[in-house]
Amino acid sequence: MTITKPVFDCWVDQPLPELLRLCRLAIEEGDFSMVERWREAGGRTLGHFQVYFPTEIAHAAGMLPVKMCGAPVEPNNADSRFGSYLCSILKTSLELSLSGQVTLDMFVSHPICDAARNLAAIWGRNHEYPCQILYLPQNANSRGSAPYLTGEYNRLRAEAGQISGIEATDERLRASIELYNTSRALVRELYAIKRDTPWKITAEDAYSLVAIGGRIPVEEHIALLQAALPAIRERQTKAEDRIRVVFEGAFCEQPPLDLIRMVGRSCYIVDDDFLIGLRWLLEDVPNDGDPAAALAEAYLERSSYSPVQHDNRKPKEKMLIKRLRAAKAEAVVLTAAKMCEPGLEEQVAYVHALDSEKVPYFLSEFEENMSNFGSLELQVETFVENLLFS
Amino acid sequence: MTDESIVGRGTREGSRLFRGWFDELTAAADRGDRAAYVFVMGSLNEVLRCFDMHVTFPEINSLQLAVRRVAHEYLCEAEDQGYSPDICGYVKADVATQLRCGKHPMGRIPKPSIAVLTNACNTYVKWAEIWERMHGIPVFTIDVPGHRQLGVHTKPGQGQFESDRRYVETQIRELITLCEQISGKKFDIDRLRENMAHANTMSRCWKRILELNSNTPSVFNALTDGTIYLGVANGLRGTPEGAQYFEQLVEEMEYKAANNIGTTVDEQHRLSFVGVPCYPIFRRFNELFTDWGGTFVSSTYLWFASGGTNCGYEYDLTDPIASLSEGFLLSVRDAMDSMFDQTSMVRDSIERFDIDGVVYHPIKSCRTVSTGLADSRRSLMEQTGVSSLFIESDMMDRRVVSEAQLKNRVDAFFEGLISRKQQHAAAGGH
Repeated sequence: MTITKPVFDCWVDQPLPELLRLCRLAIEEGDFSMVERWREAGGRTLGHFQVYFPTEIAHAAGMLPVKMCGAPVEPNNADSRFGSYLCSILKTSLELSLSGQVTLDMFVSHPICDAARNLAAIWGRNHEYPCQILYLPQNANSRGSAPYLTGEYNRLRAEAGQISGIEATDERLRASIELYNTSRALVRELYAIKRDTPWKITAEDAYSLVAIGGRIPVEEHIALLQAALPAIRERQTKAEDRIRVVFEGAFCEQPPLDLIRMVGRSCYIVDDDFLIGLRWLLEDVPNDGDPAAALAEAYLERSSYSPVQHDNRKPKEKMLIKRLRAAKAEAVVLTAAKMCEPGLEEQVAYVHALDSEKVPYFLSEFEENMSNFGSLELQVETFVENLLFS
Repeated sequence: MTDESIVGRGTREGSRLFRGWFDELTAAADRGDRAAYVFVMGSLNEVLRCFDMHVTFPEINSLQLAVRRVAHEYLCEAEDQGYSPDICGYVKADVATQLRCGKHPMGRIPKPSIAVLTNACNTYVKWAEIWERMHGIPVFTIDVPGHRQLGVHTKPGQGQFESDRRYVETQIRELITLCEQISGKKFDIDRLRENMAHANTMSRCWKRILELNSNTPSVFNALTDGTIYLGVANGLRGTPEGAQYFEQLVEEMEYKAANNIGTTVDEQHRLSFVGVPCYPIFRRFNELFTDWGGTFVSSTYLWFASGGTNCGYEYDLTDPIASLSEGFLLSVRDAMDSMFDQTSMVRDSIERFDIDGVVYHPIKSCRTVSTGLADSRRSLMEQTGVSSLFIESDMMDRRVVSEAQLKNRVDAFFEGLISRKQQHAAAGGH
């Protein structure tokens, strides 16, 4: 069934501040009502856990891909499914489903870390619908990786098609790639605004504009960004004397919007790894050959970096320095989610690289459900003042 | 053959071989030789030994520090370098070992020439990245796709399995090329066949040994004795000494089973262990159970920490690389299932091993093994109603091991178990 009824159109014909407020509100309040509207209209949903998922495949099978990346909710139902010493995002993502806030028809997780790779089994024991692991290649440098991944994508599209009743043909997949190429280009444009004129959009608004794309159809996200971006560019806000920072460490669990807002009050976040999976592919996916092979090739060859992918060509600390230089940033806010093994391990390498490059950094941990930022804000302000007045 | 000559031979001989293996590593380090750094879930010893590479298992090196009660010194040293208290203790202990130029209570660990790892544990990858930065060595990840969905298992001959096997084979061939470059030695397929033949013996024997513990009384303690056997299974995989050791171990266990010789414990309660042992108080941890007459007859640790050797897969030596790929895929995949999807495996062993209770022991250090255990336990209890215990501590860090709390929980578990048996008997059960 093709769903044409919009699921998130409250922003249409609204001035930019209101459009941004509505997006912010949806993210801040963990509003997934748009996903339920899609289902009420007869659509099927595919939930995918962090970091990257080829959303084109779900779209081509007529499903709404929903990014399950936690939410500001108490894991009352999910808590008993897990032990101690775990990050929050696992619990709150499962909670969204167990509590009925998000209804899925299929769930796909990835073995991004030791904790997350358990998620498919836990999810599967608690739900009737198919819960799978998509084994994205952990050996990005083998000549076998691209053919293997192409096979995995083809398997996934067949299974998604069985659930939705819509075959994800090559033609449909190419059309989906085209749409997502457009969407990604618009997100790149948003990041260009952040980088070149960060005073035109707050960090939390830019975040919300991207994040909402994980919950609504790509067609609606494109329309939203096409309305928002020109209006943002036309803003007459003035540049302020703030330091330019890269925010690193949010590749999986997301910092609360208040934390982003707090950092944004004293810094311009000119680049980051927020929701990096939605921006994993750095260029348009070629659309003139085998579409599954093109997606696989793009994942391996035209992609960003994160602590959960090892690629001999992309040492993470060098990639961070590259990100910092490209954004003309002066410092790094270097974070990791609490109990996040890959994030915490990567911090050590990042610190060494930043020290050797003499780049100042602010080191911290966060949790998606943290609510008190007073002392952290004081530390950030002190860090900023040190830089401004040194 | 007498009881004295055979009973306990596996433990004595295992300790001797293990010590000898560390002595060889120490001698290699002293000569300035390097070693391949590998892991218990998919070491590919069969291949590495074709190039005369010493192999060392940093997981084993680290756990030895905990057993010898010095792990805290190493953990603190790594934390001083910026490593978080909330990451894997094995990694931190190894970082400190590297910073100490390989100095270890059992000898000296050589520097690495290559790191070979699988994706069975994601921390393997992060760990190897540390060596990559520290020593500038090549890191080779053999990506082994696991089962995609709970209860859906593919088999040799099926399309998806064969696709996965081809992917693994491609990577093994690339690893061989890399090993040739590093060692300067040409690959000899007949040598690979020899190593695989020894591994076959070990696999066949390991499977048999685990099965023999279904005997009443159980013939070995899966928690303590099993860990000694595991050391040999990993360190000497693909060697004649390792193969011979396991043949003799089968002989010992069959002898014990035939003569109804159990462990030193008067077996009152037969237990299954799920997770990783508590090495900082290894002996005491075991005693918390044996003091009540509890014996561990089965352990998921003996499945996944042997890299799935428990499957008993035997290679076809006429087509070694294709067969190695298939066996490697099946074994490592089984090891992954033992960690993420062990509910059905434990459920199936309850009747076969006549298990009275299941002990879940998630640990702070290892999210691979621990994350799903609470849910797995809930599911197992729903399916079987078996008694179970859920206790948390750590495999390395004594700061998160509370012996008094563990004892309280274990005591309450046994009181419940006894009461349950009494009620069952009163109701006319057997």
